[in-house]
Amino acid sequence: MAREVHGMVEKRGAGLWLTHVFMILGVLVIFFPIWLAFVASTVTQADIIRPPMPVWPGDQLWTNYKNALFSGVNVPVGTMLLNSLVMAVGIAVGKIIISLLSAFAIVYFKFPGRSLFFWLIFLTLMLPVEVRIVPTYEVVAGFGMLNSYSGLIFPLIASATATFLFRQFFLTIPDELAEAARVDGARPMRFFWDIVVPMSRTNIAALFVILFIYGWNQYLWPLLITTDPEMNTIVMGIKQMFPSGDDFAHWPTIMATSILAMIPPVIVVVGMQRLFIRGLVDSEK
Amino acid sequence: MEKRVKFRGWLLPLLLIAPQVVISAVFFFYPAGQAIWQSLFIPDPFGLSMQYVGLGNFEFLLSDKFYRASFATTAVFSILVTLCSMIPALFLAVIADRLIKGSGVYRTLLIWPYAVAPAVAGVLWLFMFNTRVGVVSWYLGQLGYDWNHVLNGGEAMGLVVVASAWGRISYNFLFFFAALQAVPKSVIEAAAIDGAHFWRRFWTIVLPLLSPTTFFLLVVNVVYSFFETFGVIHTITAGGPQQTTTILVYKVYSDGFVSQDLGSSAAQSVILLIVVGLLTVLQFKFIEKRVHY
Repeated sequence: MAREVHGMVEKRGAGLWLTHVFMILGVLVIFFPIWLAFVASTVTQADIIRPPMPVWPGDQLWTNYKNALFSGVNVPVGTMLLNSLVMAVGIAVGKIIISLLSAFAIVYFKFPGRSLFFWLIFLTLMLPVEVRIVPTYEVVAGFGMLNSYSGLIFPLIASATATFLFRQFFLTIPDELAEAARVDGARPMRFFWDIVVPMSRTNIAALFVILFIYGWNQYLWPLLITTDPEMNTIVMGIKQMFPSGDDFAHWPTIMATSILAMIPPVIVVVGMQRLFIRGLVDSEK
Repeated sequence: MEKRVKFRGWLLPLLLIAPQVVISAVFFFYPAGQAIWQSLFIPDPFGLSMQYVGLGNFEFLLSDKFYRASFATTAVFSILVTLCSMIPALFLAVIADRLIKGSGVYRTLLIWPYAVAPAVAGVLWLFMFNTRVGVVSWYLGQLGYDWNHVLNGGEAMGLVVVASAWGRISYNFLFFFAALQAVPKSVIEAAAIDGAHFWRRFWTIVLPLLSPTTFFLLVVNVVYSFFETFGVIHTITAGGPQQTTTILVYKVYSDGFVSQDLGSSAAQSVILLIVVGLLTVLQFKFIEKRVHY
């Protein structure tokens, strides 16, 4: 009986094949833009400007990527990759550190102004940087932080998603642990380092994955504050590679750069898939 | 919820919370306050003084036909992006859910586009539809259709919608797939015994059970298309042709940084702030509901 029911619910035979066919079609359609970009990064400019371009990779892979990485258009793509890496890691690490500390203070202490701070932090959840760009730009310019890593990083860590995530998690840590620590005369920071941080390991890793991608994929903010090509990040730098006039863009270099721009986040997402999905679900709760 | 056990002292917690409070104050509260303040003034043409105009900037904006057009553009854009990213995602998730083996492989392949930045997605789609070298536009030309998103507003809108929705399919797929896996198999089997075939089961049982996820994704995708699609628009159309793809966030940027109209840009920021506030309230209302669900 149970077997028959399973047969009705989960497809077998021809139906199963059809399901796989649909799934493969879906994957192919979704993958097509990436495939085309990869092909374009392995052929010559001449192959592209006489459409239609080939759909199978050519033999220029090494030439195009070497050209992009070490010469680029305005600045070597290697430099932009480094800038993106510093920005993404800076945002992820910075946000995790300040959030761990403030969530610990809010959950484990009673102090004057606690609920006021809590609500102030809560408010920052509401306003993405896209909405307050002009005044934030003025602040950063006032500090002389244009074209600097700190200018790229600090305005983007002023948001409380991570604080809330850690707060929720700390509330599930059994009270007995804090009680025991207090009876043993352990100081709060000892409790923090020896118990709270090790217990939060998985949450920290999941959050790192999400924040790394968030930082890596930023566009508007780097576009505003990095006027010096040496400070461009790769995601915003691609657009700068297009010529302003009527000239042909150098597509093989641009597409090689696009592929290079997506490799680090793809490695993070696919390689740490379980952490990534956990982080995604957690941070939206 | 509160902890029973608390540590004593007030200096340490203040020190712990200080970094976040300082960064939020300098890079969040001060700029947000500035936006509200500046929205009440018009700077003179030489930038030497500011003239107080009260709600004048807002009145001007709300009667400005370009601004109202931008509101309508944003509405159309976000509805289309939400639909074009949720329907294919649900379809793929339903298919993947029917597989006992192999769904993990498909999932790994399908989450790739999520990792691609919106601006990079914009460049990839621009390449396919480029009027001179694009593969898709070339084949459309062979079929007798003359694709030109540089001149045709409708085609420009279609292109930015598809490029924005593309990466979101991955995101929505993950949430729909997780929700489908959580639907109790016993319910489905009971319906199957009663003779309900696949589509009937889908419409009457599965879809209603998915409604919390669907509603959540609706709100999240609208927020995404409002605020995180700047990269797509900037790389593909730069708001054109004739402002047909100028969504609200793009207009804040182009008025504030390109045209240097600070009062108007600040007023637009405040209006967006109210929109975000409403969307956030909606989101929290829903989360409360989901807890009870």
